[in-house]
Amino acid sequence: MTNATIVVVLALMALIAFAVVRQRSVALVAGATDQLHSLPRYHGYYAALMVALPGLVVLVLWLISGKYIVENLILSGLPSALVDANAERLDLLVNRIRLIAENGVGLETDDAILDAAARFNSLYGRGIAATLVLTMAAAGAGYLYAVGKVAPLFRARTRFEKILHSMLALSSFLAIGITIGIIGSLIFESLRFFQQVPLEEFIFGLKWSPQTALRVDQIAAEGSFGAVPLFAGTFLISLIAMVVAGPIGLFAAIYLTQYASPRTRNFAKPILEILAGVPTVVYGFFAALTVAPLFRDLGMTLGLDIASESALVAGVVMGIMIIPFVSSLSDDALMAVPDAMKEGSLALGATPAETVMKVLLPSALPGIASAFLLAASRAVGETMIVVMAAGMRPNLTANPLEAVTTVTVQIVALLTGDQEFNSTKTLSAFALGLALFVTTLMLNIFALRLVRRYRQVYE
Amino acid sequence: MPDTAIDLQNTVGAQPKMSIRDVHVRYGETHAVKGINLDLYQDNVTALIGPSGCGKSTLLRCLNRMNDTIVDCSVEGSILLDGEDIYAKEIDVVQLRARVGMVFQKPNPFPKSVYDNVAYGPRIHGLATDRDALDEIVEASLEKAGLWHEVKDRLDHLGTTLSGGQQQRLCIARAIAVNPEVILMDEPCSSLDPIATARVEALIDELSGHYAIVIVTHSMQQAARVSQKTVFFHLGEMIEYGDTTQIFTAPRQERTRDYITGRFG
Repeated sequence: MTNATIVVVLALMALIAFAVVRQRSVALVAGATDQLHSLPRYHGYYAALMVALPGLVVLVLWLISGKYIVENLILSGLPSALVDANAERLDLLVNRIRLIAENGVGLETDDAILDAAARFNSLYGRGIAATLVLTMAAAGAGYLYAVGKVAPLFRARTRFEKILHSMLALSSFLAIGITIGIIGSLIFESLRFFQQVPLEEFIFGLKWSPQTALRVDQIAAEGSFGAVPLFAGTFLISLIAMVVAGPIGLFAAIYLTQYASPRTRNFAKPILEILAGVPTVVYGFFAALTVAPLFRDLGMTLGLDIASESALVAGVVMGIMIIPFVSSLSDDALMAVPDAMKEGSLALGATPAETVMKVLLPSALPGIASAFLLAASRAVGETMIVVMAAGMRPNLTANPLEAVTTVTVQIVALLTGDQEFNSTKTLSAFALGLALFVTTLMLNIFALRLVRRYRQVYE
Repeated sequence: MPDTAIDLQNTVGAQPKMSIRDVHVRYGETHAVKGINLDLYQDNVTALIGPSGCGKSTLLRCLNRMNDTIVDCSVEGSILLDGEDIYAKEIDVVQLRARVGMVFQKPNPFPKSVYDNVAYGPRIHGLATDRDALDEIVEASLEKAGLWHEVKDRLDHLGTTLSGGQQQRLCIARAIAVNPEVILMDEPCSSLDPIATARVEALIDELSGHYAIVIVTHSMQQAARVSQKTVFFHLGEMIEYGDTTQIFTAPRQERTRDYITGRFG
């Protein structure tokens, strides 16, 4: 018997409750359903929810706390010698027991642990059985409550809507809560980082070299945590990306909205938008394996020394990636300009190009500006392409032919592999994450403001 | 075949400004305008009336080739402006639209200043050599549109901040700023209140004689008030053409009589 059994049983009970209560409501008025306040199926839905919800609450409580309770029971039952020997890392001991409980004996030889594993399995099995009984009891109580409620004038539909309403609200609050939680953890860990490294050094420091000693006995340089080279690298690459994506995206949008026939538009627009669906890791190896050698060879023929990991390559490929963002959002902005504007201009003898330049672009400017900002915020937060194509070495330079690193690349580097969670090095990733989050948030807010402020020009 | 005989009683000897010869317009499968023959004269306001979907707006938009922007729209027959076919290959649409201006159903000033709205056409056509000349054109056009005294102190305000009636007169000023010979008006008062409508109608009256004006309207009273010639369309065909007074007092066709007395439409 597993947890899945409980879910199946609960679903069956809800189904039965639906069928029985629905039938009962019909029987109550001898088939004259117009005498019911709510349609029979709403009585059924209400009963099903009354059965399912209490049962689910019990099940969720078990899923959250079950293993924890069982583990504590096991620990208290272990021989005290074993507990004392492992007093410092009890969690490791528990893991050893659970490993055996779940995967079989393996190489374990300690009888006390084998015994504990057996007890773990039996206790956990009993826990599931107990949960099943409790779930059924809760569901049964809900069922009795629902059956007792069935009456011609019982407002099952209203009640059902109310429950649905609160479930939907709960979902959205959950999403908001998780967002707040993530931001909170970012802020909390960043604060810990800033206790060890002064804020001024992080914001204005020109050297990023997070190599700190992992253990007390290790000899390592004192790390320096100046984030300027990282942000410089990020902005350099984003700038190159915007130089590529801005004109191409905007011109594509102008062509597709103003010049292309509907047939071309219907064909070209979805294909352009497929670009946005290409996984960024694909762009990453496209950059590293195709574009980088191409640029290096091209550079050599021109007498330029382009590093095989360079800001230029990463920026250009990232630019290709964000073309669809620019073009699709600019497209929306241009389509939002009323046709009457275009016709008014054409009717005065303006050419299509004059109409675009003098009427459509100025009218759509707020929307286009916000398209650029949103695309830029995308570029700033992009990770995969720069991890594969930009390089790892912090390098404060404006030369796009050199390798630079970005905030996102450093976060990846800081958190992959074995890390001591409390080291300054690891904590610095949170500070970088927070700084990055604030940057993109600002860009997004500014972009949305821009659109909202100027949208009222047409009703 | 309905009576398409052209009434020449007031215009004998005058050259028509525009001549429409056997024009058919199709949108894909829809045959919107079926073989229209019509002459438009310099000194006249010609009103096109008829129930919705009768093809009057479509015909109007053929006169400055605004239908070109609609993809599956095809125009057959010929439309002559001073004897030249405007659908001929060598015709430059940009030049044509400078000669045949248009005012739309809803006022559509650009989101620019009042001044820039009027100066838009003269600028793109290079009508003014310096700022003073442009100022003159703007003032003269606003003056002709009867708007100068209302807006002369706020030429730098957005055109979109004017009232609906002022916006429509601004659009008329914008159209006359490029010195057109013909002005097409597609239900220019349909979104205006009665007072603004009266002002625009008075303006049309003042402009008549200087420009050949063609106006599409749903309001029979408006057609009667502002036009000298009236054309009645039904289902893409021209049912009757004549002096406005004759159409409204003694229509020759039964369908015209039914329409103007409100029995259908």
